[in-house]
Order: sequence, then C-alpha cells, then structure tokens
Amino acid sequence: MTLDEISIILVYSAMAVYAIAFIAYAIDLARRSAAATRAADLVGVAPSVSAPAVVAGGRAATSVGSATDATTASVPESSGTVAIERAVPSAGEAEVTGTGPATPAAPRKLGASVASGATVASVAYGRSPALRVGVAMTVIAWVLHLSADVTRGLAAGRVPWANMYEFALTGTLVITTVYLVVLVVAKYDLRFLGTFVTGLVLVLLGVATVNFYVSVVPLPPALQSAWLVIHVFVATSATGFLALGFALSVVQLMQSRRESLAASAKAVKQNFLATLPDSAALENLAYRVIIVGFILWTFTLMAGAIWAEAAWGRYWGWDTKEVWTFIIWVVYAGYIHARATRGWRGSRSAWLAIIGFSTVLFSFTVVNLFFKGLHAYSGL
Amino acid sequence: MSPRSDPDALSRPDDHIYAPERKPDASVTQPKLGVVGWLRFAWRQLTSMRTALLLLLLLAIAAVPGSLVPQRSSDPNGVTQYFADNPDLAPVLDGFQMFDVYTSAWFSAIYLLLFVSLIGCVIPRTKHHFDALRARPPRTPVRLSRLAGYTERPLAGFETAHGASSTSSAADAAIDRAAAELRRAGYRVERYDMRGEASVSAERGYLRETGNLVFHTALLGVLVAVGIGGGFGFSGQRVVVEGQSFVNTLAAYDSFNPGRFFDDTTLDPYRLSLGELDAVYETRNQEAIGQPIDFTAHVSVQAKGGDSEPGVVKVNAPLRVHGTDVYLLGNGYAPTITVRNPDGEVVFTDAVPFLPQDANLTSIGVVKVPDGLEEQLGMVGFFYPTQTTLGSGAYTSSYPDLVYPVLTLNVYQGDLGINEGTPTSVYTLDPSSMEQLTGGSTGVESIELMPGETVELPNGLGSVSFEDVSPDAGDPDAAEGDYSQSVSRFASFDIHDDPSQGWVLAFAVLIVAGLLVSLFVPRRRMWVKAARRPDGTVVLEYAGLARGEDPGLEEAVAAFADRHANPAT
Ligand code: HEM
Repeated sequence: MTLDEISIILVYSAMAVYAIAFIAYAIDLARRSAAATRAADLVGVAPSVSAPAVVAGGRAATSVGSATDATTASVPESSGTVAIERAVPSAGEAEVTGTGPATPAAPRKLGASVASGATVASVAYGRSPALRVGVAMTVIAWVLHLSADVTRGLAAGRVPWANMYEFALTGTLVITTVYLVVLVVAKYDLRFLGTFVTGLVLVLLGVATVNFYVSVVPLPPALQSAWLVIHVFVATSATGFLALGFALSVVQLMQSRRESLAASAKAVKQNFLATLPDSAALENLAYRVIIVGFILWTFTLMAGAIWAEAAWGRYWGWDTKEVWTFIIWVVYAGYIHARATRGWRGSRSAWLAIIGFSTVLFSFTVVNLFFKGLHAYSGL
Repeated sequence: MSPRSDPDALSRPDDHIYAPERKPDASVTQPKLGVVGWLRFAWRQLTSMRTALLLLLLLAIAAVPGSLVPQRSSDPNGVTQYFADNPDLAPVLDGFQMFDVYTSAWFSAIYLLLFVSLIGCVIPRTKHHFDALRARPPRTPVRLSRLAGYTERPLAGFETAHGASSTSSAADAAIDRAAAELRRAGYRVERYDMRGEASVSAERGYLRETGNLVFHTALLGVLVAVGIGGGFGFSGQRVVVEGQSFVNTLAAYDSFNPGRFFDDTTLDPYRLSLGELDAVYETRNQEAIGQPIDFTAHVSVQAKGGDSEPGVVKVNAPLRVHGTDVYLLGNGYAPTITVRNPDGEVVFTDAVPFLPQDANLTSIGVVKVPDGLEEQLGMVGFFYPTQTTLGSGAYTSSYPDLVYPVLTLNVYQGDLGINEGTPTSVYTLDPSSMEQLTGGSTGVESIELMPGETVELPNGLGSVSFEDVSPDAGDPDAAEGDYSQSVSRFASFDIHDDPSQGWVLAFAVLIVAGLLVSLFVPRRRMWVKAARRPDGTVVLEYAGLARGEDPGLEEAVAAFADRHANPAT
C-alpha cells in the first residue's frame, strides 16, 4: 500500500468520525431546545425578566464586556463627572440585548434599556453527554485528519497544499484546528459551533475526495517556491478563522432575531438559542475571530504579490485569483468599518461577515475551477 | 495645555460608533446653507464612515466584472477571442470599458473618491492624535462605580505597611504607588485631588490610533507609489535562442512597454547571452509523464566594456542585473531551417522560434524568405518534439522533449506583404496574396522533415533542410536515433524595471504593522481613587474604560487592583 493510499483511507476514517461527531452535536442542539423549553415551562410564562434560576452566571463577563465597549463615556471638562452618553448595547440601536438582568455584575448603566423592554432569559446549560461525545469525536477525527494530511505530504515529498484536493484537505484541517484551539483558549464555551464546523468540514472533505482528487504529481516549476509554503498556508489559516467568524455571525443573526421577537413581547419558541450567548457577545466573538482572519488575509495578499513578482514578473496584475483575493479583502475591510459605523453595527455587519465568507468559498470553488487565469493550479 | 476630555471623539467622523451623536442633520434643516455651507456639508458626507463603507463595498463589487470578462492588461488574446466569439456583445461591453476594468473611468472614480475620503478622514485625525498625545489624561470621574470592572480594596494594607501617620497620608501613599505602577505599565498618568479625595487618572494605548493612522496613510502610500513610481519603469519581452544574445536597448526588444515617464536613454546596454536552456520533464511517475519539472536558463551577462559573468534564470528565480529583473517566462523550440535556391546557394538559414501550442509543445512557426528566390517564399510549419499520429491521421506531439522530432511545412509563394514597411509579426504569415504550394487543398503533401533531412521544394524552387544541431551531428559513431540535442531551444525573457517596487513593499510592511498594532493594542483608561465613604472610612476604588474593542479590560482592572492592594504578595 502506498502512502497516498494510506492517506485516503485515513481521510475516509476521519470523515466517518466527523459524521459521528456531527450527529452528536446535532443531538446536543436538540437537547438544548428541550432544556430551554423546559426552563420556560418551569417558570410558567414565556421568557420573562425574572427567570431566576436559569440566568447563567457564566454569562456575566459576556454582558459586561459587550456593554462596555458599546458605551461611550465622556468626561466633560466642566463638571468632572462621567456622563454616559449612550448605553445601547452593541447589537444595534433598535435592538435590546439579552443581558440577563439578574446577573449581579450586569452594569447599572444598562438599566434604561432593560427597563424599557422585555429581555430574553438565558438558560443555563451544562455539557450534555452528547456534547462531550461530539467534542471527543472531533478530536479523534482531527487526529485522523492530521495523519491523512501528513501522509499525503510525505507521499508527495512536499507540503500537502499544491492542488485543490490538497487545499481542501489542509484547509478543512485548519478549520477543525482553529475550532479546537478556540475551545481551549476562549473564555466562552463555543462547543455549540461543533455542528457547523463538523458539518462544513464533512461536506468540503466529501466534495474534495469525490470531485477534486488527483494523485500525487510533481510540482510544476511555478509552484516550486518557499512562498507556496507560506502564502498558501496563511491563506488556508485565514479561511479557518473566517469560517468560524461566519458561523458566529449566522448564530448572531438568529439570536438577535429571537431577541427582537422577545423584545416586542411576542411569544418566542424556545430553542437551542436560549442556551447560547446573547447576540452582542456573539458579535464581539465573531469580530475577534474575523480580525485574526483579516490580518492573515492581508498577509496572504501581500505574500502572494511578492511571489507573483518572482514567478510572473509583476507583483500585481489583476489576474482572476488576485481580483478575488482583493474582493475578499475589501469586503472584510468593509465589515470592520461597519462595526465602527453607527447604524451598521449588529445585524448589518453580521451580513457583511456572511457575504465575506461566501466570497471566500466562491473564490475557492467557482473561481478555482471555472475562471481562467494564471492560478490554474487546481490540478484538475 | 488643558486636559482634553475626549480627543478621540472629536477626531472621528461624525457617524463613528464612538463619536458623540449630533443632532440629526442639523445642517440640513438650517434655512439657508450657502455655498460654503453646502461644501462643508458635502465634505462631511464624503468623509463620513458611512461613505467610506459604501465606497469600499462598491469597490468590491466593481472589481467583479474584471474577473468575468478577459482583460486587455492580463489576457489580450482572451479579449480578441471574446470579440470573435461574441461579435454583438463585445463592442457594447467595450463601451463600458469592461475589458479595461481596472483602469476604467468608473473603477478609478470609486477608488479615487475612496482615497479622497481617506485623506479627508486621516488628516484631521492625525492632527487630533498629535494633540491627544500631548494631552493629560482626563479628570477622574466622580462615581467610578458606574464604570467597567469597578472594584474596591481596603486601604488597610497601606496604613500598616507604610506606617502612615494618618488615613489621608496613607491614601496619598497608595495613590502615589498606583501612579508609579501604572506608569511602569505604560500608562500616562495624572494625579487629581478633588474634594479631598486623592486619585490617579491613567490612559494607555495611544499606539492603537497611531497604528490605525499609519495603516490608512500607508494605503495611500501604496496607491501613490503604484500610480507615480510605476510610470518610471518599463517591461520588455525578448526571445533568445540558445547560443544567441541580445543587448538591452530599445530596438532589441520584441515588444516593449515603457511607463509614462520612462526615458529610454536610461537603458543600460548590457549584453545577455543564452548558453543553454535545460528543460527537465517527469519520466517516471505514470500519472505525470511529461509534466515539466524544471527550466533553467544558463546565461552570461556582459556589461558594456566589461567582463562577462555567468548567471542563471529560473522560473521563480529571476536574475537581477544592472537595475533590471530578468524573468524566464516561456520557452520552446527553434528548429534551424535552411533554404537553398535551385543552384544550391543558401538563401535563408536561421533558428526559427516556434510558439508552443500545448503542454507537449506542439508548436507553430513561420519562415519568411524575402530574397534570393524568383518569388518571395513563405512557410507555415508545425513542429512536434515527439510526433505521433492520432486516429484521425492528424499529427500531434505526445511528449514535450525531443524523442521523435518532426517538422512539417506548408509552402506559399508570392508577396509576403513585408515590403510596404508596415510592421508584421514574425510569428504570422498573411497568405492573402500568396499561392499555396503544399498541404491543404493543393493535393501536394506537406513537407515533412526530421533533423538532418533535406527535401526539394515543389516546382523546382530549391530545397529546404531541417538542420541537426547536435554537437556530434554527422559523426558516424553518434548514437542512432538520439535526437535529444538535435533542435535548439529558445527562452522568452521578460525584462522589467519597476522603481516603485521597493516603495510598495515598504508601505505594505507598514500596512501590516499598523494593522497589527491598531487591532491588538487595547486603548483604555484606568482610575484609582481613595474614596471617602460617608462614615469617614477610605477605600480604594478601581475602574476602567474601554476606548474601542477591549475584551480584556475587566481582567486588567481586577489584576491591577490585586497587585496594588496586596503589595506583600
Ligand atoms: C482605502 C480604503 C480603506 C480601507 C482598505 C480601510 C481599511 C480599514 C481597516 C482594515 C480598518 C481596521 C484596522 C484599523 O483600525 O487600523 C479600518 C479602520 C478604520 N477606518 Fe478605514 N479603511 C479605508 C478607508 C477609510 C476611510 C475613507 C475612512 C474615513 C471615513 C476610514 C476610517 C476608519 C476608522 C475611523 C477606523 C477605525 C475603526 C475603529 O474604530 O474600529 N477608513 N479601516
């Protein structure tokens, strides 16, 4: 059996384990909905301000964090006092956040907005067995995936990201890696993103093995460069972060919809969202993940230009792939600006994050496969 | 200078998320604006965050068509093809400059507006930032308890530790210590004592704004460097056959694109000679037979009146000599063809570059014999490095290296159309005023040659030979059937000079550096106050204020309070 064949077997094994993880995460989401409903029933009313037992203490940091950075305080020279000018949480002026009002550390300055509208109670939710299984399976799948990637590299005698199959293999590995690292590093429990992450990785791996697979072939001269190692790897890593930012933004939009429904005192169907951070916290998380991705993408663009100078004799020539790298960069620059623009923070900027990741996916699939250009390295 | 309360808010565009909110459009509802008023209003609109955002999104959208339609700058042949395939649509698209998107009026308008907006945004911010850098941290707020990360610690530790004579001197000592520690942590600090309460106000993270300004200014720098610096450069293309050379002068280039401000007297006339071009193809991996592995051009470079120095040009590894960069961007075969007249005198002999058409280097070339024959002669040839016959009977090449090289020629006689002085490409033949003698519908077979062979031209016009250029050609001991050296190769070099490149790189580095600093350096304020409670006791109060994204603020305040209030541990 050749190394490449071993690699393929490992890929399929990883996919199988990802599938199990995906199912486990899905079960967990279902449990979350059930728990949220049960909590609502216990209280006896639709989510109300005083769902005392269910306000998660763990969210305290979240709410404070989001509230502070959405708050402008200025110190007028005359009075020497702090005037809080705006205490509207980041979710956007019109929306009311789901800050748990009973949280002791919830800042008093949110008083106005809390008093003016109903809030959405957040339901405490530990780690269900399904969630534990999901995470454990993700780790196992990651190990298999990593082995598959390494053996592919060994089989080829070079870095395993020189054609589309290999980009997909390594890129999905990076997505899982970023997810697992964030689980360890982040203050918040982001395990709920597992459904999205394993689902995305599974789909991409499936498409890659079925449609993009090419056997190991030597590198064409244009790819024989140290920049292949740097440029492409940084691009793939950026994709990992942007994917996570996309997932968080999607959940943010769902959450903020739920919050505004609750704010308008409509009956809210209890679902897994009740167990997740509020939309402002999700937005801040998404922003943090995305700026890391954006910086990596900036570096990708520049490293690509340096490489293009060496390989093609010009650092920028509006080749199709260069165009799309530029478009992605500009869209995310727009996203960052939107976060800093009144009236655009919140759902609108979340939409930009979603559009941004769509352009990433578009560039990786449609542009690589169907557009003509110098970057014809899909190997297909 | 008096303490500025919030220099940031002033310097940001009005609709920045942290800018103080104006009364909605007060300027619009004013009865009469006047010209100046309108201009000011327009300028404020243009330099607002919202406009910047919309222009950015517009720029992204405007860049899309250039990836859907071939561009003259990067793919001129694609444009020609597009016109041929879509004769109705192409002129309409051309009217919208769709084949020159990135130099089009509308694309330029968007990015120029964006950069005007950028300048309008960055200049006032830079000014305010300079002021802010010199301003003192703002006065300590009266009620810290409203602020982020608010926490209290007893003063007790200081009373005992410093043996202070009174509560107020202990408070002073504590605040002094806090000020010193904050200063050590990179904060700018200011002592305030109000209503008998000692306090220190501290601010840090000015680098955040500095980074942001450096980032935006460097963007501008890139645009200027590309726009102006690029005009002083040039790029030229030249095909050089093994054993031949060319001198870096305007006339020697096959094609030459000078920048707007380029002065061709600045060309350094060095001589570049191509010794050998090594091409390596995959031979073992069954999945990739014939895939190129390596191209290396061994050259020598001779400065005017100087010695010649060896050099190497490879894909991904340009040769940087005499202020120019030499790239190996293409290669192919240049069969050496000799034409003799009926008396056997040579009327044409040259290594003719044939342009590759596919991965296995099936190549097309043209031979023009203007003089020495009764009438002008033209030949259109196909060269197959490793010839095989397809099922249809047509020839093709099955491998890019010289295994079974075959040259076929179709002969035309008549007027080559090169006498009128209009420039014609050496790679094309216009047969409109010529008579075809072989191939096609003439009924006469095309001429077919292998290296070393000679055949008669039709109608007794003379003969044509495909020379074998192997070093041991004609040697009876040479291995039979080894053609590997029988045909010369050519390299197509791109020679560039772009004086803006270094500038662009420098600005790019500033962009990344500015970005890292502006996104990861937290800007925050921190206050420590020895607050007197109604019952007369004094406690130490700590609080912070985020100025922008600052997820670690609460922790930082708590950590500082712990460190400060428990000096022993
Ligand atoms: C050439 C187009 C532009 C690009 C690519 C761009 C990109 C960016 C990026 C990536 C950031 C985040 C990094 C940082 O804070 O340094 C940023 C922030 C910022 N930009 Fe721009 N920008 C552009 C034009 C403008 C213009 C025209 C304005 C003024 C209207 C502006 C105002 C700002 C401000 C105020 C921030 C700080 C945002 C914050 O407080 O978080 N930018 N820009």
